Amino acid sequence: MEHSGISVLFQGRNFVRLLGGLWTSVWIAALALVFGLLLGALIGLLRTSKSKLLRAIFRIYLEFFRIVPTVVLLFLFYYILPRQVGINWPGSVMATIAFALWVSAEFSDIVRGALISVPKVQQESGLALGLSKWQLFIYVLLPQAFQLELPATINLATRVIKTTSLLMMISVMDLINVGQQIIEANNQSHPTAVFWIYGLIFLLYFIVDYPLSLWSKKVARRNQN
Amino acid sequence: MDWQIIQQSLPQFAQGFRETLWLSLVGILGAMVVGLCCSLIQYFKVPVARQLVSVYVELFRNTPLLIQLFFLYYAFPVMGLKMSAVTCGIIGLIFLGGAYMAEGFTGGFDGVSKTQVDSGRALGMSNWQLARYIVFPQGFSLSVPSLAANIIFLIKETSIFSVIAIPELTNTALDLIGLYYRSNEYLFVLVIAYAIILIPLSLLLTWLEKRVRYGTFGD
Amino acid sequence: MAEPILTVKNLSKSYGEQQVLHDINFSLQKGEVMTMLGPSGIGKSTLLRCLNGLEDFQTGELVFEGQTVKADNANWQQLRQKIGMVFQSYDLFPNMTVLQNITLAPVKVQKKSKAEAEQAARQLLKRVQLSDYANSYPRELSGGQKQRIAIARALAMHPDLMLFDEVTASLDPEMVRSVLDLIKELSEQDNMTMIIVTHEMNFARQIADQVLFLDQGTILEQTAGKDFFTNPQTQRAKDFLASMDF
Repeated sequence: MEHSGISVLFQGRNFVRLLGGLWTSVWIAALALVFGLLLGALIGLLRTSKSKLLRAIFRIYLEFFRIVPTVVLLFLFYYILPRQVGINWPGSVMATIAFALWVSAEFSDIVRGALISVPKVQQESGLALGLSKWQLFIYVLLPQAFQLELPATINLATRVIKTTSLLMMISVMDLINVGQQIIEANNQSHPTAVFWIYGLIFLLYFIVDYPLSLWSKKVARRNQN
Repeated sequence: MDWQIIQQSLPQFAQGFRETLWLSLVGILGAMVVGLCCSLIQYFKVPVARQLVSVYVELFRNTPLLIQLFFLYYAFPVMGLKMSAVTCGIIGLIFLGGAYMAEGFTGGFDGVSKTQVDSGRALGMSNWQLARYIVFPQGFSLSVPSLAANIIFLIKETSIFSVIAIPELTNTALDLIGLYYRSNEYLFVLVIAYAIILIPLSLLLTWLEKRVRYGTFGD
Repeated sequence: MAEPILTVKNLSKSYGEQQVLHDINFSLQKGEVMTMLGPSGIGKSTLLRCLNGLEDFQTGELVFEGQTVKADNANWQQLRQKIGMVFQSYDLFPNMTVLQNITLAPVKVQKKSKAEAEQAARQLLKRVQLSDYANSYPRELSGGQKQRIAIARALAMHPDLMLFDEVTASLDPEMVRSVLDLIKELSEQDNMTMIIVTHEMNFARQIADQVLFLDQGTILEQTAGKDFFTNPQTQRAKDFLASMDF
């Protein structure tokens, strides 16, 4: 039955298993984002500090993550941590850490960009009202920076979600890995299953990412007005 | 870290280096062409084609290259279209990159100020003349930063070619690790190799951005 | 009286629900200078842009040089060669030299030869006293110089009517004079027909043959000559003149 490949999608627990794989991917992306954004906000703040040394260190940190492709980053964590440091956590944890650090680097640049782009007048008028530096940061700079950089941050999130497709390379049971297993199990009986499974995975990624992209564009347009 | 192991692996890495470079080059040039065509279709609001372009751009921008490659490499043969891994890689990179480049060009064209277009219009220029003499020259210049970011992005994306066994840099390193179990050395060389490509390139692109911007807008 | 060069009949415009221009009527003779005055943001610029097809309008009609204006794009492209417009933001093309800025439209739109266009452009540059800047880029010019080039660029098309949209509003005070003098000269020497939106009251009083006073998108006063300044009819106009303090 050549064209019944689509039936593989709904055989047994296949569809549920695929959704389970998607869940793993989304969950790792979400954790990486939470930790990465927190760390990135801190680093971003430090990158506006007066200390040249601090600024240089975190600049190098950023450039490192900019230069190393994410695949390579995953392998760095996957191979080097266990063998050198003796840490032997599951691939999903390694991946979460690797992604979180990557996110923190990218986000630190977003935060820094936002902080230095809030007009100086705003800062001065805040100070003129008698706000402390800390109050100024919390009530004036942060909200404006947040609004300004929300689109870039959402874009970063969509990139992280797309990058979870690499998890299969370090043997995490993500969406694609589950899909591959189903394809292999059905290869003899349903050679066209590969078309439908990968087609579905393609679509699932799109369904998760597209609304985020739309949101980001909407916010960007609102910011312009 | 064993330097001898590193030294012995250099010929293989040089091979992978060349592979990464030419795949990136072809992919980036192809992506620029596809992206430019798409953005022109959108600029001139060509009916039907315009809708197709926006579906294409959204689909490819919102899905990972890896699954696009799997689809080309594993699913297409089932439908009777069998292509080599390298062909799939290049096609995948061009289409992924094309979607990003289209956004870059379109962003540039949209960024040209409305008053510039108005003042051209007030001189009696046709839509085509406005595009040719005002929107395109200024729009290209405005799109350079995002095109530059896309170029860096696409070079890094070639690392994903390793999943369909194209012998580029990352694949070379993974193969060597699989053979000799020396991950530190090979990953070290791998990172350095990417740095050798990307650091000078990103400096060059930053310089170019400034020059083009100054040449067009004088600031 | 001769046939007016431009007649505006019952022109109304709205953005969605909000009406911005209410039933505008006026006409302009060849060689006349009209100034449009009134508080900011009440539709003067919008009206000016309607006269050049940069904005469309819902009802009413324009008659230019005896012809009713058809509101299609191709027709406006033709008409804009006869109706020059200069904007507040100068908007010289930043990637072209001064000379290229001036010759672009004559060469590309009116298909003149490059040599002919350049010769005419150099004449214009002499006229606006910027001959030395033919090969400079806009970034090398001051605001006042840019605006004079922008006027030269519009004149290069040999328009029959010129529209000036707050052309001195973003200039430093010491730059304003040179631009206003140039506009005055155009009126006195070339007998150019012009519609000028401005907040320079002294200038308006000196140059205006006709004054249109608008508020809330409606013409409140339409007076010939200098009457508006000496004898405003409405309270709004009196308040406005008092607030301008010139």
